[in-house]
Amino acid sequence: MLLVPCPHCGPRNSADLTLVGESESRPDPSATTPVEWRAYLYEEHNPAGWTRETWYCRLGCGRFFVTERHRGQNRFRNPPLGAPDESARRR
Amino acid sequence: MSPQRLPARPGEVIDRDRALAFTWNGRAVSGLAGDTIASALAAGGCRVFSRSMKYHRPRGILTADYWDPNTLLQVGEEPNVRAGHRLLEAGMAVSAQNAWPSVRWDAKVLTNLGGRALSAGFYYKTFMRPRWLWPAYEKVLARFAPGGVIDAGSAPRRHDKRYAHPDVVVAGGGPAGLAAAVAAARAGAGVLLVEHEHALGGHLRWGTKHERSIAAALADAAQVAGVEILTDATVTGRWEDNWLAIVERGGAGGPERLIKARAKVLVVAAGLIERPYVFAGNDRPGVMLSQGARRLLNLWAVRPGSRAVVWSANTAGDAAAADLEAAGVAVEHVDARAGCTVAAAQGRRGGLEQVVLSDGTRLEADLLVTAAGWTAPTSLLNMAGVRPRYDPAAARFFPAEPDVPEAGTVLSTGGISGDGSLDELVGHGEATGRLAAARAATLAHRLQVATAWAAPVDGREPPEAPDERTPLGRDPHPELYRSSTDGIVDLSEDVSSRDLRHGAAEGFDSVELVKRWTTATMGSAQGKLETVNTVAVLADATDSTISEVGTTTWRPPFAPVTLGALAGRMFEPVRISSLHDLHVAAGMTPIQAGQWIRPEHYGDPAAEVRNVRTNVGIIDVSPLGKLDIQGPDAADLLSLLYVNKWRRLAAGAVRYGVMCAEDGVILDDGVTGRLGEDHYLMSTTSSGSGAMEVWIQNWLQTEHPDWRVRVTPVTDAYTSINVAGPRSRTLLERLVDDVDLGPEAFKYMQVRRGTVAGVAGCVMWRIGFTGELSYELHVPAGFGPHVWQALLAAGADLGVAPFGLEAQRIMRLEKGHFIVGQDTDALTKAPTAGLERLIKLDKPDFCGRPELQWALDGEPGAEDPEALPRLVAVQPTDPAYVPPEACQIVVAGSDGNERIIGRITSSRFSPTLERSICLAQVEAAHAAPEGTLTIVGTDGRRRSALIIAHHAHFDPEGERLRV
Repeated sequence: MLLVPCPHCGPRNSADLTLVGESESRPDPSATTPVEWRAYLYEEHNPAGWTRETWYCRLGCGRFFVTERHRGQNRFRNPPLGAPDESARRR
Repeated sequence: MSPQRLPARPGEVIDRDRALAFTWNGRAVSGLAGDTIASALAAGGCRVFSRSMKYHRPRGILTADYWDPNTLLQVGEEPNVRAGHRLLEAGMAVSAQNAWPSVRWDAKVLTNLGGRALSAGFYYKTFMRPRWLWPAYEKVLARFAPGGVIDAGSAPRRHDKRYAHPDVVVAGGGPAGLAAAVAAARAGAGVLLVEHEHALGGHLRWGTKHERSIAAALADAAQVAGVEILTDATVTGRWEDNWLAIVERGGAGGPERLIKARAKVLVVAAGLIERPYVFAGNDRPGVMLSQGARRLLNLWAVRPGSRAVVWSANTAGDAAAADLEAAGVAVEHVDARAGCTVAAAQGRRGGLEQVVLSDGTRLEADLLVTAAGWTAPTSLLNMAGVRPRYDPAAARFFPAEPDVPEAGTVLSTGGISGDGSLDELVGHGEATGRLAAARAATLAHRLQVATAWAAPVDGREPPEAPDERTPLGRDPHPELYRSSTDGIVDLSEDVSSRDLRHGAAEGFDSVELVKRWTTATMGSAQGKLETVNTVAVLADATDSTISEVGTTTWRPPFAPVTLGALAGRMFEPVRISSLHDLHVAAGMTPIQAGQWIRPEHYGDPAAEVRNVRTNVGIIDVSPLGKLDIQGPDAADLLSLLYVNKWRRLAAGAVRYGVMCAEDGVILDDGVTGRLGEDHYLMSTTSSGSGAMEVWIQNWLQTEHPDWRVRVTPVTDAYTSINVAGPRSRTLLERLVDDVDLGPEAFKYMQVRRGTVAGVAGCVMWRIGFTGELSYELHVPAGFGPHVWQALLAAGADLGVAPFGLEAQRIMRLEKGHFIVGQDTDALTKAPTAGLERLIKLDKPDFCGRPELQWALDGEPGAEDPEALPRLVAVQPTDPAYVPPEACQIVVAGSDGNERIIGRITSSRFSPTLERSICLAQVEAAHAAPEGTLTIVGTDGRRRSALIIAHHAHFDPEGERLRV
């Protein structure tokens, strides 16, 4: 089981969290096209390399946070801790 | 059976003053405290412990440890007990498995090894066809199947689980593992040492006096250094970031306890497992590995035979010969390093009488001890991505240079890594322990830096610890796997070297294929003894080398785990409302709804419906999700979450709203009331309350962190009671004096705060899920039982009675209210449920807006919005017929075949209308009012039904709830 570095709670078992998905910004809902919107809803890029991901600390602090994970090696690296990241995506 | 226990020996682990009585196949026998079941039986003279799986050949002790394939026994109601490992207890009822009528005389014996009857793939080839005969085959084959007997009526046993967070886990408590644990603990690491056997020391335990004293000193040092020591426990699996499964047997946590450990560094010091040699008769009782013979002799003072041939290729075999000789056994020492091998073990009735060597020499013996070499149990390393590599000069596999990202956190020491003197092994272990502690400290610091908000970083990162260990050497060892004759390779599965050769000839010429075809390495020993021999035989058969063939993949578990240990205890919580005890006292029939235990009814749901429709009823709706929303941006949040409008909701008013996901699918619904200027109370569905809380937090935290609004879950803070029925106002007026309940002062869809039965701070909203005049009371939870009882007492003359979930579901269906997740599914967009008028596309943004716009206005150049299915109210023509929910609705197609156009989503018999009523989802083209539908019942019969104009079967204008 992966060890996910929650910046608020510390390292936690991945079963304590939910992977929300790749961090993406939401298209403008009043100007978007079906193609763009559904790509945002349903498509994962899933590269065999580093991705920005949003995780939800379900059994811990209840916070959504952005981290980076190497999907080929299942390694994490947290971006420098600073202001809350606003590009964490929800679906 | 003549007794084989020797006089007291130094180093023995038995207590000669404590005899333990037990039974063996029904006969009273006895052993000593400290004995394993197998050693006690061997001391009593037992030679045959089991019958082999396929050929029913007699089998005796081979390794006298956990991996012994020949001593799986039934103990009481527990099958497949590893008698070479399990300690003897007084009163055990031990019996042989897989033998009929007895282990000495087995009727199914097939001593003609490799007879055509049971060659590899025999089952596949013989019982494949005809398929319909399989049930008959199965019955016959079950009689031949190995394994013990399970007692389905045995008492359940409780298994605990434990979570551990050590810095360093050391797998293996031999000299190197012990030294590593001590060194790591002395360097400041928290260390968990896991030893598979019942005591620490590894092979030193059955060694010389000097070796035993070193083991004892190391074990003492581990205690002093504060190492947590688990014996009779095995690290059985390793996953990412050193997530370890440790199975602990027979401890305080039950018969087996699963420990889930998160270690920073794992040190694998699993030692070496001795490998059997393959030759004709190698499975006869009396053929034993050198470690088995030494364990019997030195740990339990059992003489394994009286006239021994010791065939040895290494110092362990030489030591066995010396030990046996010193114990008075006549020993013929054959040196394998001189080139002589064993060709056959022979005797009558499956016993051992003489040994034939490769040079033709025949030696009389009742014990043949082989020391042919070692297998490195690299399993845990392989699970970390390290591949084993074969070294022909040392005749075993070693962990290859690690090239995985996590390699620095998985280290190995001891026999897995190489050979050396005892001093060298201990020295390597110590260096490994120090390295492990240093790396754990570095890792701890990095984790702290990565999560600095959780714990401030103290100090600087420790310098990265380089691996400066002096590598252990590799002793040369002859490659000894199989003789010129054929023998059993896998003793658990009864697979011979001939089976493997045949498999290769049939095309199963890779180790992964021949393994599956012959089942070699797939039995109870799980490859510990037989994998490398399998590889060696296959290499011969395919004219390649052991390096080229490679090994099979080692996967978890390294040692077996019972299902009970895996299941452990369930931690799923159950939720009950503050009124639960009152419901129980009132004779509720409970139903589990999500995590909640709720009253389904109190005896007669139909009567409960009639009472609500004519008098007044009260229902506990505490599981209803409730969120307290406060802040100047609260209205913006509501506008974002719901498809309808919220900005102009007046203080004191309540509104119904629907939430959709971003794909336009209905997510949840409920009412929200405005309690004050910037203060709202939102209700969600009972089943959706947890998910909605997360959904809202997601929007607030990731999309609108700047909004000034706080959302607080208050589901458990309020006990929620719905008071419903024409007499509900009369009832409430008796208990409320600070709120005017008059029809003009407190209208339908309004909210008030006030005092109920003396309880201040109650929220009341006037809504009508049941279709009757009704008030939903949200009472501070501690006062829930008081208010509930006050309502029952005050309304006795009005006929007040509690009603349950079933009555509420009937009444909501009579009113045509859909339930999210029951009448809608993961594809149901808002227009399907007839919510077009609720969706306000003039709002610039709300969840799901783009999809809903395309659903209503048509997607640019695509999908027709009318193509969405429709939710309709349906009444079967036969008023007594209630179609089960999920029944299909069909139409006759032009080709004469029926086509499914929808399904019944809810159905009940209405006590109010005295007929069956339904909600259904059907294709839009067939959803017009007054249309006729054909329902396919579970009995296959077609029945007609009528679509009615309104979702509500009863009081469609809603006159009853507006009074």
